[in-house]
Amino acid sequence: MKNTLWFLLVLFSVNVFAQEKLEEVQVKAAQKGLKKSLKGTANTTLVTSKELLKAACCNLAESFETNPSIDVNFSDALTGTKQIKMLGLTSPYIMITEENVPSVRGASQAFGLSFTPGTWVDNIQITKGAGSVVNGYESISGQINTELLKPMNDIPFFLNAYGSTDSRFELNTHFNKKLSDKWATSLFVHGNARVSKNDMNNDGFLDNPLGKQINVANRWQYTNAETGWVSFFNFRFMKDEKQTGELDFDKDKHKLTTTFWGSEINSERFDFTSKVGYVWKDMPFQSIGFQNAFTNHNQQSYFGLNQYDIKQQSYYSNLIFNSIISNTMHKFSTGLNFMYDKYSEYINTFDVSRIDNSVGAFFEYTFDNNDKLSYVLGGRMDYHNRLGAFFTPRFHLKYNAFENSVFRISAGRGKRAANIFAENQNLFASSRTISILGTKGEVYGLSPEIAWNYGVSFTQKFKLFTKNADVTVDFYRTDFQNQVVVDVMQSPQELLFYDLDGKSYANSLQIDFNVELIKHFNLRTAYKYFDISTNYLSGSYQRPLQAKHRFFANIEYETHIKDKGQQWKFDFTTNWLGKQQLPNTSTNPESDRLPNFSPSFAVMNAQITRTFSSTFEMYVGGENIGNYRQSKAVLGSDNPFGPNFDTSIVYAPVFGQMYYAGIRFKIK
Amino acid sequence: MKNIILGMMLLFVTFSTQAQEKKKKNAKYDIEVNGNCEMCKKRIEQAAFSVKGVKSAEWHLDDSVLHLIINEEKCSPMDVKKALAKVGHDTDEVKAMDEDYEKLHGCCMYERK
Repeated sequence: MKNTLWFLLVLFSVNVFAQEKLEEVQVKAAQKGLKKSLKGTANTTLVTSKELLKAACCNLAESFETNPSIDVNFSDALTGTKQIKMLGLTSPYIMITEENVPSVRGASQAFGLSFTPGTWVDNIQITKGAGSVVNGYESISGQINTELLKPMNDIPFFLNAYGSTDSRFELNTHFNKKLSDKWATSLFVHGNARVSKNDMNNDGFLDNPLGKQINVANRWQYTNAETGWVSFFNFRFMKDEKQTGELDFDKDKHKLTTTFWGSEINSERFDFTSKVGYVWKDMPFQSIGFQNAFTNHNQQSYFGLNQYDIKQQSYYSNLIFNSIISNTMHKFSTGLNFMYDKYSEYINTFDVSRIDNSVGAFFEYTFDNNDKLSYVLGGRMDYHNRLGAFFTPRFHLKYNAFENSVFRISAGRGKRAANIFAENQNLFASSRTISILGTKGEVYGLSPEIAWNYGVSFTQKFKLFTKNADVTVDFYRTDFQNQVVVDVMQSPQELLFYDLDGKSYANSLQIDFNVELIKHFNLRTAYKYFDISTNYLSGSYQRPLQAKHRFFANIEYETHIKDKGQQWKFDFTTNWLGKQQLPNTSTNPESDRLPNFSPSFAVMNAQITRTFSSTFEMYVGGENIGNYRQSKAVLGSDNPFGPNFDTSIVYAPVFGQMYYAGIRFKIK
Repeated sequence: MKNIILGMMLLFVTFSTQAQEKKKKNAKYDIEVNGNCEMCKKRIEQAAFSVKGVKSAEWHLDDSVLHLIINEEKCSPMDVKKALAKVGHDTDEVKAMDEDYEKLHGCCMYERK
C-alpha cells in the first residue's frame, strides 16, 4: 500500500527541470577526450564520450582509468568492482550524481558505480574540491556528475558486445525513436555475466566473482523550443547477482555452513527520475527546474557466516531557480531541496534500520566579469533529523592572470552521515569482529562526519617547440573536524568504528603535464603525492592501502579518418604506485602476516580500436599486461573460518593479465 | 454632454499613447559591431554592460553581431552604441572618434567604412 502511495505521489508530482547545465549539454561537441577549461570557475574536467571509448569502460566504475584526477583501485576478489578515490579519499566522500540527482549513496555506495553501464554515458563532469551547494551538503573531496545519452540527440540503434579472458561477457543494446519534433524516447538494455571460475594464484579462492546483471533504462524527453518547456522522465531497473569464495563452494549446499567459505551479493534496484524545466522566452538567462527522484534499492548478501541485508527507499526533490541581478555578469541560483531515506538494515542480528530526512534551502551567486575574474559564493541551510540544523558555505574563484593560464582557489565544508556498514562491506569478508565504540551519537551511535576542504590549482597552456602543451599544479587539503574512523590497525581480528579523537587530514598534490607530441599523438602524465594521516587508537598512521606517491602516463595515437570513416586508435596507460601502508597483521602467525608496507609496482593497460566505417568498429585490449599480481591476496585461505581470515587487504591486481575484445555497431 | 465627450476623447488619447509607448523589460536587439578578435569581444561586451539596463550582451566574432537583451525602461540601443563608440567600436548610427579608434590594440583595428 505504501509503495502504491509512493508511486502515485511521484507520478502526479509536477515535473520541472532546467539548470544552467541544460544549455551546456546541448552545445558540447566531443573533440578532445578530457576538457579542462580556462573559463570555468570551479576546477572541473569534462570527460567526453571520446575519452570513454579509449578503454572498454564496461561500467561507470571503470570509466576513470585514463583520467589522472581519479585513482581507480584494484577490484578485490570479493566484489569484483573497482573502487575510486579522489584526493586520496574514498568514494563516500565524493558526491556522485547522475544528471544532477545524487545516485551512488547509502545502500549503493559500494557497488553503485558498477550499476551504470559505460555505453549509457554521454559525458562525465569531475570537480575537485568543495563543489557547488546546489545539489547537496555531502560532498567533501569532489563531485562527479554523469550525463547519460539524451533521447533527442541519440542514434536509432547501437550495439556493443564484449568478451574477456576472465570469462566476462557483456551485451549493450540501445534503441531510440524520435516520436515527433518534441518527444523522443530511448531504451537501453544491458546484460553481463561471468560464467567460469578463475583461480590464477591457486589459493583455493575465486579471483573474481561469478555473476550476472541485467540493467534496463527507458528514457523520455520532451523539448519545446518555442514555449521553453523541457522535461525528462527516466525509468530504470537493475538486478545484479554475485557469488564468490572458495572454488568448491556451492551456494545451494554450503550457504551459511562451515564446509566451504562463500559469499553472495544480490542487488535489485528500481529508479524513477523526472525533471521539468522552463526557460523564459525573452529571458534566456532565467529558468526554473524541478527534479524528483524515487529509488528502491534492495541488497541481500552474506560473507561466510556474516549476513548483511540493506534495503533503502529514497525520495529526492530539488527546485532550482536561476536568474541574474541586473545583467549576466551577476548570476544566481536558489532553491529548495528535500531528501528522504528509509533504511531497513541488518548486520547479522543487529537491526540498524532507520529513517533519515532533510530539508534545505540554498543560494549561490556567481560573478563573472567576462574578462579575467569570476567567483562563486554559495551557501545552504539544512535541517536533517539526525545531523541537526547546519550551514554549508562554499567558495570558488578563478583568475586568468596571464594569457592561457588560470588560477583557481576553492574552499568549502561538507557534512555527512557515514553509512559505516554499506561503505565498508568488503571488511565483512574476514574473521574480524565488528565493534562500534560509541553509543551516544545519532549515526549508529557515532557522530556525523564534518570536513573542510581547501584547494588551489594553477594551469598554464604553452607551446613547447611549437607543440601544444599544458602543465597543471593542484594542491588540496581536507581537514576532518569529525570522522568515523574505520580502524584496521588495532588488530587483525578486529574492525573498530569510532569517532575521531585527534587529527585526520588528507593532503594531495598533483602535477600534470600534457603535450601533443605530433598531430594526433598525445602524451598525458601526472605525478601525485598523498599525505593522508589519521589518529587511530594505536597511533597516527598513513591511511592503509593508499600509496604516498603515484605516477600516471597515457599515450594516445589516432590515424587520419579516411573517406568512409576508417581509423585506427591506439591507447596505452601505465600507473606506478609507491609503497602502501598495510593494515596491522603483526600479531598473526607468520604464514598469515603481511609486511607493514606493500612493495611498489606498475600496471599497464592498452587498447587498439579499429573503426571500419562510421557505423562499425572493433577493439581489442589488455589490462595488467605486465601480469603483476599480489602474492598473497587472501590471508588465512587454508582456514577461512579460523581467526586470521581476511580478503580485504588488496593493494595490487589479484587476477593477472586479462585480454578482451569487442565490437560496436550503430545504425544512424 | 460636452464634458462626457471631452472626457472620453481625453481617455482615448491617453490609452492610445500608452499603447504606442509600451516599454519592454526584456527587449531583444541585434547590433552590427565591427571587431576582429577575442579582445574585441571582451571590450564590446564590457562596454555594453557598462550601460545600466543592459541585461545580456553577447558578441559573436563570425558574424560581428552583438545580441542584446535590454530593459527599455532604463536604456535604449542608442545608449549602447554611444558606449561602444567611446571605446573605439563603430556601429551603424554612431561612429567612434578617431582618437578612440587609435587607442585600440593593433589586432583589433578593424576596417573602418
